[in-house]
Amino acid sequence: MEKKILKDDTDRVDGILKVTGQAKYFAEYELPGLTYGVLVTSTITKGKITGLDTRAAENAPGVIAVVSHLNKPSAAAYEQEGGPQMKIFYTDKIFYNGQPIAIVVANTFERATYAASLVKATYAKEEFNTDFAKALKDPKAKKLQGQADYKRGIENAYKTAEVKLEERYFLPIETHNPMELHGIIADWRPNNQVTVYAKTQGVKATQGTIANVFKIPMENIQVNSEFVGGGFGMALRTWPLEIATVMASKHIGKPVKVVITRMQMFTMVGNRPAAIQTIGLGADKDGKLTGITHRAYGETSTYENFTEGVVNMAKFMYQCDNVNTSYAIVPVDLGVPIWMRGPGEATGAFALESAIDEMAHALDMDPLDFRIKNDPETDQQKNKPFSSKNIKEAYKIGAEKIGWSNRKNKPGSLVEGPWQTGYGVSVGVFNANRGKASVKGVLKADGSLLLQSATSDIGPGTGTGMTLIANKLMKIPVNKITFELGDSSLPPAPSQGGSATLSTVGSAVNDVCVALKSAIAELAANSNMDATANFVEVLKKNNLPAIEVTKESQSGKEKDNYSMYSFSIHFVQVKVHALTGVVKVSKIVSVGDSGTIVSPKTARSQMLGGAVGGIGMALTEESIIDHRYGRYINNNFADYHVPVSADVPEIDVNFINKPDPYINPMGAKGMGEIALIGFSAAVANAVFNATGKRIRTLPITPDKVLA
Amino acid sequence: MINFQYLRTTSVKSAIALLLKDKNAKFLAGGTNLIDLMKRGVTAPEKLIDINHVPLKQIEQIGNKIHIGALATNTAVADHALIKEKLPLLSWALQAGASAQLRNVATVGGNMMQRTRCGYFYDTEMPCNKRQPGTGCGAMEGFNRMHAIFGTSEKCIAVHPSDMCVALTALDAEVVLANGKGERKIAFKDFHRLAGDTPQLDNNLKADEMIIRVEIPVNNLAKNYHYLKVRDRASYAFALVSVAAAFELNNNKITDIRLAMGGVAHKPWRLTASENFLKGKEATLSNFEKAAELAMTGAKGFGENNFKLKLAPNTIIEALNLAKSKA
Repeated sequence: MEKKILKDDTDRVDGILKVTGQAKYFAEYELPGLTYGVLVTSTITKGKITGLDTRAAENAPGVIAVVSHLNKPSAAAYEQEGGPQMKIFYTDKIFYNGQPIAIVVANTFERATYAASLVKATYAKEEFNTDFAKALKDPKAKKLQGQADYKRGIENAYKTAEVKLEERYFLPIETHNPMELHGIIADWRPNNQVTVYAKTQGVKATQGTIANVFKIPMENIQVNSEFVGGGFGMALRTWPLEIATVMASKHIGKPVKVVITRMQMFTMVGNRPAAIQTIGLGADKDGKLTGITHRAYGETSTYENFTEGVVNMAKFMYQCDNVNTSYAIVPVDLGVPIWMRGPGEATGAFALESAIDEMAHALDMDPLDFRIKNDPETDQQKNKPFSSKNIKEAYKIGAEKIGWSNRKNKPGSLVEGPWQTGYGVSVGVFNANRGKASVKGVLKADGSLLLQSATSDIGPGTGTGMTLIANKLMKIPVNKITFELGDSSLPPAPSQGGSATLSTVGSAVNDVCVALKSAIAELAANSNMDATANFVEVLKKNNLPAIEVTKESQSGKEKDNYSMYSFSIHFVQVKVHALTGVVKVSKIVSVGDSGTIVSPKTARSQMLGGAVGGIGMALTEESIIDHRYGRYINNNFADYHVPVSADVPEIDVNFINKPDPYINPMGAKGMGEIALIGFSAAVANAVFNATGKRIRTLPITPDKVLA
Repeated sequence: MINFQYLRTTSVKSAIALLLKDKNAKFLAGGTNLIDLMKRGVTAPEKLIDINHVPLKQIEQIGNKIHIGALATNTAVADHALIKEKLPLLSWALQAGASAQLRNVATVGGNMMQRTRCGYFYDTEMPCNKRQPGTGCGAMEGFNRMHAIFGTSEKCIAVHPSDMCVALTALDAEVVLANGKGERKIAFKDFHRLAGDTPQLDNNLKADEMIIRVEIPVNNLAKNYHYLKVRDRASYAFALVSVAAAFELNNNKITDIRLAMGGVAHKPWRLTASENFLKGKEATLSNFEKAAELAMTGAKGFGENNFKLKLAPNTIIEALNLAKSKA
């Protein structure tokens, strides 16, 4: 059935492939001679490998090789001086428990798994600490500046305010845990030709890392990653396990596939770092903010620093002349963290948006009125106007839909038997990014359009968004447009992260379409055709099977003139059981203010996923470590609690859907992060409204509610 | 690979004969726990005896007892009309357990035989007296938020994770065991053990025995009952605390009552003192509160699980409240 032109409820273009199992994920590629690798991991937390007995493993049935720091192929980059960064696996040093120390390759996965259990390491152990809170208290422990201190007006002005508060907020480690396990298939062939099937949010980034580590030309490396079963940030870099797999393939001269275990997902591919934050807020009696201080500490590893934008929001979200922030990172003996959806901004928003709610309560104001009262007209940090911002309209829509008028300002007012009802609100905000990308377009005489770019789709619906941008401009039906991605040989695009893909790659799609249209118009004029002639006719008349254009696109000086952000408002209703401490999110209304919505269905899905992730962050998710051993305790899907369907109520998703006049030709701003940012604070605020209990440590589990 | 022999049998007699031949053999039913344990290296049986084809799936009333075969799946029992009508507490408890997929394959016998979910038990790099006697208890001074507050020993503070077993304990079920010589019957509440000095033993099943069915007396407890499970998410999470409550009311007087708790001990924890207190009393909140208080005699927290000292009595009260309001 031919799809209608400009239909705005277009389904995900690869939806049928995904639900019928035709979409091929990295682990599903069957290469001739494929072998299977299983990683051996450290069982101590810090120290040195003094011996690695691999004989039993090597003699086990089906084993082809055991590769470790003792016999790995040389990686030029690691032989140079400099940071240990990716040197994990390449050295005898142990930086954390569960670190990959060897890879066993066999002719079946089961044989490799068994042989891996036969590798015996001996160690020289060292003292370690995996407890971030303990490190923070230890005056001797390292604290590294994670971001330059920021100050506007008077430092710590809150301390002298008419109404003031100072509170601390705690966030545990969270683990991304996409359904698809991480891994890679690496095929190192003669003459240093390398093909990989990866799970990556950036095929060009993976290509670049492999080229850099082994010092071989980029063009020798082909990275394929057409479908990705969830990333949430954990696939934004090429991890030591992937480099180890490439090394194993080089060592044995055969393709090697590695798919790590769920347990290894906790130690090999990063996590949202634990954070401890202090917020100081000051206001006058009328509810004008007079001071904001946000001090944050984030967990990092000892071998590599990880920083993110934890304190960004405090600098511009509210009108306030006195703002100061600081952010330090504290190394512990764990694997290095990585961005997890919303990243640092979600961590920061939990603290700031909880504190804003606490201040509204201290002032006896409705927290929504308090936010509106302190909503800035311009960005005080950058001293620039916002490119677009419709927060007040979003507040209004959300408040109406959740039934905010039913909320009582006095906590614990809505009681029905043992259940207490509460309402909470929070804002989310994230940089509206636009990077540089290239897209190739091939317009064919058969009426079809092929678009290509080395971007990724980890689930947001990249192909659908790009298809709809072209559909709108070219008036070509959706089913005649193909968008190809996830292939490093295509025109370059950045990794999929920071809510930038639609803005970045979409702009290049736009430019390609504009160029194709003018090329057709020119051809039409040259062949005495009407300027409005259909491109198929024009191409046929000119005897051309196709025309093609490649365009690189990036932002211009509008970036210097405006402050560009995407915003979201999350409203939640919760029910809290007074006797058991159980919290149920009973209703969610999210409003996105992210410019034009290009693909309504996939945009809505993004907001749904953000809300579910937000429930997890607020109520259930925590990666628990026994600090005596440095090992994770709940590293499986039964004990690491991702929300289940029964935890998720009706989610009412709304969009302002007004174009941003400046950011890009579509007027569309990113929205992957804002779907989650702030959500956990909305829940915590609702729990307070229901019970009068302010919980500043996530997740809000029954024990904390009862305490 | 760690090789094991896979055997399949179709009768109780041959299953026991196979078991007698090899002490390192294990029965395989739903496999929802055993296979995990094998994957994690916690157990490595030399033989797996698949008993799924042994005809033990019956759910029927014989005289004044309901018989449930050891191989009836959790779903089959929970959804069975007879169980829903006469033993709704059991149906509810089963529905509260695991996930739909797991319940579809997990069996009654397997549910009874599942091991604790203590993280230290599953990580072979950590100490655990249950997995490896003598290595110590990792949870005692470690992560013990999920752990026991009743009947603990210095060796082990793990809890039995089942929901079904809590209901069966409350319902005065009996377990029928077959062995080489015949059959024996024990009270369900005596099937599981406290950890004591032998935490490696979860129950009193002997090495040559097989669970063949449970028998539950028909009762008058199908009207006022509730299975309340408090957990960290709404499904597919083990109980922090769960309570099976059922009573018979005559003119608001409690004439018969059953109370048992899960998530608090190495075995399903029957609340006999609370039952005795409530018997003959009115179903009032203050009586429920007093019963809950009585239930907590001897409770002891280990740090992270101290909240259970408050959550447990609260859950008892709420379960009784909900049981009362059900009629």
